[in-house]
Amino acid sequence: MAIAFTVNGKQVEVEADADTPLLWALRDDLGMTGTKFGCGIAACGACSVHVDGAVTRSCSVPLSDIAGKSVTTIEGLKAADGTLHKVQAAWIAAQVPQCGYCQSGQIMAAVALIEQVGTPTDAQIDEAMTNICRCGTYPRIRKAILAATGAAAAQTGDA
Amino acid sequence: MADNPNPDLDIPETAAPAGKPKRKGVKRRVFLAGSALVVGGGIFGVWWTDSSAKARGNSLIGGEGKQAFGSVMTIADDDTVTVYSPHIDFGQGSQTALGQMLADELDADWGKVTIEQAPADMAFANAALAKGFLPTMAGDFAAGLLPDSVIGIMARSMPLMITGGSSAIRFTGELAMRRTGAAVRAALVAEAADRLGVPESELTTSDSKVTHAKSGKSLRYGELAAGAAGRSLSSDPVLKTRDQWKLIGKPVARRDIPAKVDGSAVYGIDFTLPDMRVATIAAAPVRGGKLESVDEAPALAVKGVEKVVKLPDAVIVVAKGYWQAQKGLAALSPKFSDGGHAAVSTPAIYAAQDKLMAGGKPDNEGGAGDVDSAFTAAGVKLVEAEYRVPFLHHAMMEPFALTGHFKDGTLHLWGGMQDPLTTRTKAAKAAGLDIEKVVFTPMIMGGGFGRRFPDLVEIIDQVAILAKQVPYPVKLVWSREEELRHGTYRPQSSAKLKASLKDGKITAMRMDYAQSGDAEGEVPFIYDLPATSRRHFAYQSNQIDGPWRSVNATQIGFYTESFMDEAAAAAGEDPYQFRRKHLAPGSRHLAVLDEVAKRASWDSPLPDGVGRGIAIVESFGTIVAEVVEATLKEDGSAKVLKAFAVVDCGTTVNPLNAEAQIMGGCIMGLSSAMGEAVTLDKGAVVQSNFADYPILKLADAPPAVDVHFIESGAKTGGIGEPGLPPASPALANALAAATGKRIRNLPVLAQAKA
Repeated sequence: MAIAFTVNGKQVEVEADADTPLLWALRDDLGMTGTKFGCGIAACGACSVHVDGAVTRSCSVPLSDIAGKSVTTIEGLKAADGTLHKVQAAWIAAQVPQCGYCQSGQIMAAVALIEQVGTPTDAQIDEAMTNICRCGTYPRIRKAILAATGAAAAQTGDA
Repeated sequence: MADNPNPDLDIPETAAPAGKPKRKGVKRRVFLAGSALVVGGGIFGVWWTDSSAKARGNSLIGGEGKQAFGSVMTIADDDTVTVYSPHIDFGQGSQTALGQMLADELDADWGKVTIEQAPADMAFANAALAKGFLPTMAGDFAAGLLPDSVIGIMARSMPLMITGGSSAIRFTGELAMRRTGAAVRAALVAEAADRLGVPESELTTSDSKVTHAKSGKSLRYGELAAGAAGRSLSSDPVLKTRDQWKLIGKPVARRDIPAKVDGSAVYGIDFTLPDMRVATIAAAPVRGGKLESVDEAPALAVKGVEKVVKLPDAVIVVAKGYWQAQKGLAALSPKFSDGGHAAVSTPAIYAAQDKLMAGGKPDNEGGAGDVDSAFTAAGVKLVEAEYRVPFLHHAMMEPFALTGHFKDGTLHLWGGMQDPLTTRTKAAKAAGLDIEKVVFTPMIMGGGFGRRFPDLVEIIDQVAILAKQVPYPVKLVWSREEELRHGTYRPQSSAKLKASLKDGKITAMRMDYAQSGDAEGEVPFIYDLPATSRRHFAYQSNQIDGPWRSVNATQIGFYTESFMDEAAAAAGEDPYQFRRKHLAPGSRHLAVLDEVAKRASWDSPLPDGVGRGIAIVESFGTIVAEVVEATLKEDGSAKVLKAFAVVDCGTTVNPLNAEAQIMGGCIMGLSSAMGEAVTLDKGAVVQSNFADYPILKLADAPPAVDVHFIESGAKTGGIGEPGLPPASPALANALAAATGKRIRNLPVLAQAKA
């Protein structure tokens, strides 16, 4: 069946079974591979996107729940003129990624957190940033989030 | 420590560890290297000389308006320098650092330098790596006898294009990149001298130009490249001294990072072709088991499923997309045999290892001095402890994915592996093709940590076989469950340590350990003791034990450094001061230990319930000491509050990235110690996904890791792995200090719950 929704501001229609997770519609049907597959059970967060503004693990949401909704992926964070989102810019400035595979999801989670609370505290970062990074970039993720919101990176040390 | 004014390759390593290990285990590797040389030559028929390898390399990367130098770099007419990295990128950042090393010696304008993955071709076999590893494999003496041309042949015939062993900077960087940059610079200067009719001594280089100050004339590298490429390159060029470096040692931004923040980086799992199908697989739950039967109908009834392929030990479902393939696979009820391994379990393995060690017949022994006499000497106090560590999953975030297309007699492969050349040879063997009929395009990887060495990667064989059975391109993707249950794990291992103490010092120490691999010759013993013994008892379960980031140094580091704390406690001494007493005065090890204690304010008071632990391990030519402050939460899990690391890797090429590697290694080590374990029941892996294989998350990781480098200028060491081994003993030592309870079996979580 055809399921219609919006991705990064564009109307799309995907011909797929209703139980197809959003992740695979994005990757296999729409060819948008910035959103990653890590576990398939919503445990690692590599597949994080925004659905109507809320951070969502796309591997575990069926397309039937997405019909008519607005999805934002990592590819949709940049401004129309190609300017990076402030969180992406902070990620580069702090040289966060190593293998980079989890970072699309990390960035989507961080953007949602900042949109929700403005300048997060360390405790809010702890609570919101539950995505797995095997390379162990967590200290730089924290630093980049604080830098993106203008909070002093010194809050947690500049190590 | 003072900077060494001439940080070249030939500086001897300082502070040789006490007790020369017997070389028994090492000789075996010489044999392997030797037979690989002969066998490789026989199989592939590529006893290429250096000149023919260079000619082929030139044909692949050179071209119109682009001059190739060796198989390492090109200079284009517009001055663009392209560096070809034989090392893949799986997050370690060495490609940028290799570029820095070459560009610095070349005096290139960094803004005009690009870095590319070298093709998976024999011409790019890594001779520097062969040369770098040779002393470890055959001893310095043998390495010195072999001319570079023979080493080149050896690298091509093994074939050697590995990323691993924390080797990119210390071997490829030092032996290939810096030398090539310097030799090409010399050729450009010679060419400029002839063109300008001036002596070379009056010429200087900078920013991709050769300048004659007297006349004010200068020539761009792009203008000189064609002429320079026709000149012979020096195999022993003059390298810069440390004070002349402009890029080495500078915090240069990594080139791979921008594409990793906007979703544009293309990993193996992202690769796609027109008409491509996606497949997924289930292998026998018990390693060693075979596929006995499967009714294909339920999968074929799933919309989008096109084919079911049976392998001797697995079943594959091919579909339009991953989701359909996954649904098709879930619909199947394949029957697998257990390969006779139904009795294998985690407790059974530990029991077998205990029995093996109790038998007292080691397969190898390292160390020096009479340990047994020291243990029975009058007036000594004996300390003994037993430790256990479980199998560990690599948990690279990108599950295995490899695309294959068999077309017109050639098998094309796309994906990420730690050795592009052996990927080809392995696929060729599985598909029954000549290696020239296998083309592999290496792609970036979402982690690897030792899981992607082709010899241990089944997906290469699976795709080679699968692709020959279908007319279209097919991408095989492993689920996380498949990934976790069919790993090549860090070995499950047991150890018994014993030491004798007299007057507050260790008079002898023995470590018996049972596991598959022998760590002798790999993990140096750093303490200066009168008598030492390290006895390896070889034990193999039905699992395939593989290299897991930092290899044997993880468990050997945990054993030794946990035990040093226990010995200190028995002697009534502070763990830091006790270690000091057993490290050679003036050694690099002592300097590293002192620095971490200072930075961590070792003697400062801590809140109730918080403990501080210290550990120091040398691996891959780098010395790392770490201090961890940790507490135990009510649920029995650990929380790390602070972490400090001090590192002596000789020279840091890119301090920003080196810091990231040490930080990441420390956190991965903490993660493994806190919660990770792969356990077996009836021969099969119990865990299935991240829900029951917990990886450390941000909230329980240290908010920052204070990383400090001692730029000793000693022989360059590795950086990708050495940050990991001290983390788990430092954590166990911190928790012992916090709670009074010594954790000898990892992970912490299972201990606290027990």
